Amino acid sequence: MYIIIVGGGRVGYYLARALLEEGHEVLIIEKNASFCDIINEEMGSVCIRGDGCEAATLADVGAGRADMLVAVTGDDEDNLVACQVAKYKFNVPRTIARIRNPQNEAIFKKLGVDVPVSATNIILEAIEKEVPTHPLTHLLTLTERGLELVEVRIPPTSSSIGKPLKEIPLPAGSRLALIIPKNRRPRIPTPSSILREGDQVIALTTPEAEESLRTALTGT
Amino acid sequence: MVIMGCGRVGAQLAGLLDADGHEVTILDVDAYSFRRLPSDFKGTALLGNGIDEAVLRRAGIEEADVFVALTQGDNRNVMAAQIAKHIFNVPRVICRIYDPLRQELYDTLGIEAFSPTTIFAHLVKEKIEG
Repeated sequence: MYIIIVGGGRVGYYLARALLEEGHEVLIIEKNASFCDIINEEMGSVCIRGDGCEAATLADVGAGRADMLVAVTGDDEDNLVACQVAKYKFNVPRTIARIRNPQNEAIFKKLGVDVPVSATNIILEAIEKEVPTHPLTHLLTLTERGLELVEVRIPPTSSSIGKPLKEIPLPAGSRLALIIPKNRRPRIPTPSSILREGDQVIALTTPEAEESLRTALTGT
Repeated sequence: MVIMGCGRVGAQLAGLLDADGHEVTILDVDAYSFRRLPSDFKGTALLGNGIDEAVLRRAGIEEADVFVALTQGDNRNVMAAQIAKHIFNVPRVICRIYDPLRQELYDTLGIEAFSPTTIFAHLVKEKIEG
């Protein structure tokens, strides 16, 4: 694949190295001359000096035949414009933008960036997955159906422990899909299933019912 | 009306619109730039970055009829203008883009963009050629 990287800072530098190793054709566009020199010295002639938001620069590097453009400068607005120029002027099939402000994820998608990547959101997701005490974790959102798949871990203080499921008041729109006990095999919930401390419960819920579901399963 | 960027042009435009009786909010990332506003300016001067959705909301973008992007950064202007148009559905969005090529592109993408570079070059040419 021919991949254009806009921004030769740390992200662009390591991205280029990894992509080159995988055998891709890579070109970096970087404004700063000394950054360009360092990259070209270390990786061969893969960096040109210029503004990746300018149509003229993109034309020079043959953006018309690029399979992908990745914009990883430190400024969200520059990354947006680089992707838009690539997409709308040169018909680059796939554009990826790094974003600093996590709020921009939705905006960028709406404005035509194929994949906005927010380091903040990635780290947040990792925290949600890693922190075992977090009572409710989002696993998957089914946007079109207005549903989400969540994981709830039953804390030792929960009033739902020891009760059969039919006695636990679940909110309308929520269904338990799977119970995964500690050190035992997962089971499909039935009305007589009993929850125990540390069980992982996989449930399907609507965003509105999420809070009541959490209370029903973890409340004291 | 929301104006982003309180430079010479932004400040003067804010003053003119305010004098005509419009409700004007002007945004800038540097409080010092508000010194350019006329002393009798009755509108709101708000500190903040116009490419931030939350700041635009605070500036009253949801009720705005017009949004004008006039900072020194073409890309900042273009991004703010697109947020105003496509996220907040502001009826009229105007954007300054110095780079003529970028201005053409965004013009075709439905943003009312003008390039002072092109306008001024033509103006000077006309003056010279009489």
